[in-house]
Amino acid sequence: MATETVIAEGEAAGGFNIHPMEQFRITPIFGDGDVGLFTVTNAALWMALAVLCVIGLLVLGTRRRKIVPTRVQSVAELAYGFIHKMIEDIAGKEGLKYFPYIMTLFMFIVFANLLGLLPTAFTSTSHIAVTAVLAMAVFIGVTVLGFVKNGTAFLGLFWVTSAPLLLRPILAVIELISYFVRPVSHSIRLAGNVMAGHAVIKVFAGFATVLWIAPVSILAITAIYALELLVAFIQAYVFTILTCVYLKDALHPSH
Amino acid sequence: MATQIDGVTVTAAPVVPVDIVPADTGPTMPQLDFATFPNQIFWLLVALIAIYYVLSRIALPRIGAILAERQGTITNDLASAEELKLKANEAEAAYDKALADARNDAAQIIAQNKTEMQTQLDAAIERADAEIAERTAESDRRIAEIRQGAIADVEIVARDTAQAIVAALGGNGDDPAVVSAVDARLKGGRA
Repeated sequence: MATETVIAEGEAAGGFNIHPMEQFRITPIFGDGDVGLFTVTNAALWMALAVLCVIGLLVLGTRRRKIVPTRVQSVAELAYGFIHKMIEDIAGKEGLKYFPYIMTLFMFIVFANLLGLLPTAFTSTSHIAVTAVLAMAVFIGVTVLGFVKNGTAFLGLFWVTSAPLLLRPILAVIELISYFVRPVSHSIRLAGNVMAGHAVIKVFAGFATVLWIAPVSILAITAIYALELLVAFIQAYVFTILTCVYLKDALHPSH
Repeated sequence: MATQIDGVTVTAAPVVPVDIVPADTGPTMPQLDFATFPNQIFWLLVALIAIYYVLSRIALPRIGAILAERQGTITNDLASAEELKLKANEAEAAYDKALADARNDAAQIIAQNKTEMQTQLDAAIERADAEIAERTAESDRRIAEIRQGAIADVEIVARDTAQAIVAALGGNGDDPAVVSAVDARLKGGRA
């Protein structure tokens, strides 16, 4: 491929070969063709692995249904309880109807993030196409739900009755803008965090080829890797908790 | 993004040539390569539907059931523990009651024995008293007899002595007047 020849030339010239964005490229696994709609790509592979991990944890891990749980079952129960409690605390009892949807989002994001941290792995959540779909699914779902549950009363979300009458139209405009910015920030926050962390690791890895920088570089990679583990979980958590907040707005639109 | 990367790499290694991205691979950020979007969205939807299906059909009901079962077991155990505690309390109460009853019985038996002993003792004392009284009466009687005997002896001695004295003085010793005088004297002296 052209890429390889360029890299080879770079190495021959004795310079750095830093391609921090190279890891995000989507390539077909079988053959070299273009990426069509149904092409099995590295993205598809790592999403499939995330699905398998979810099944492994939540289905295989709990198959013995022990009263005193094994380690894996314990983790599965912890994940269940974590999201269950989050929805109950934020959106209330009515929110629990949507538990499977929110659990799906959380489990997918957390496993995609964590699998992406394996060396040479592909991180599906670093792509805006993926996070945008996730965020839009939440945005559209919550908006539709808000109108179905509350009718036009859902628009009360934008009409702040506790504010002075004069300010309300201005606040309504601000609220409306912030409402439509939600999916944008929701998706870019996740993709941006994941992508930035991976790119930084790659940049440091590129510096590791020079002997006198290598120790610093390796230390930095280790530190950032630890940070990225944290970010992987926190971003999944943030995405889920914001989903719960939006769900709460849809179920109880009054401020 | 490209300029940013330029900045990073340039500051790090200003002299060496740097390759950022091959010129023929489209946009700098693969994230903005819109040609791959349909593919990613398709596989994402497949993955999400698969996870949702597995979670809603198998995993979540199962984990929910496990947690409910555990909660139930804990509640049951607590309830049975409470029950056992009540039973233990009951047993303790019964034991205490039995102990108190035994004490009462013992006290009763002791009291009964005491009264029995008292009556026996009383009877024995009474008997002893009766015997003592009897013996005292006997003794008194014998003392009286002895005294009577002694008095009779004293009279005889006094009469004899008086007669002898009268005879010695030259009177008639056998005079009945002497005897009556002695008797009168004895009676007066006694009186």
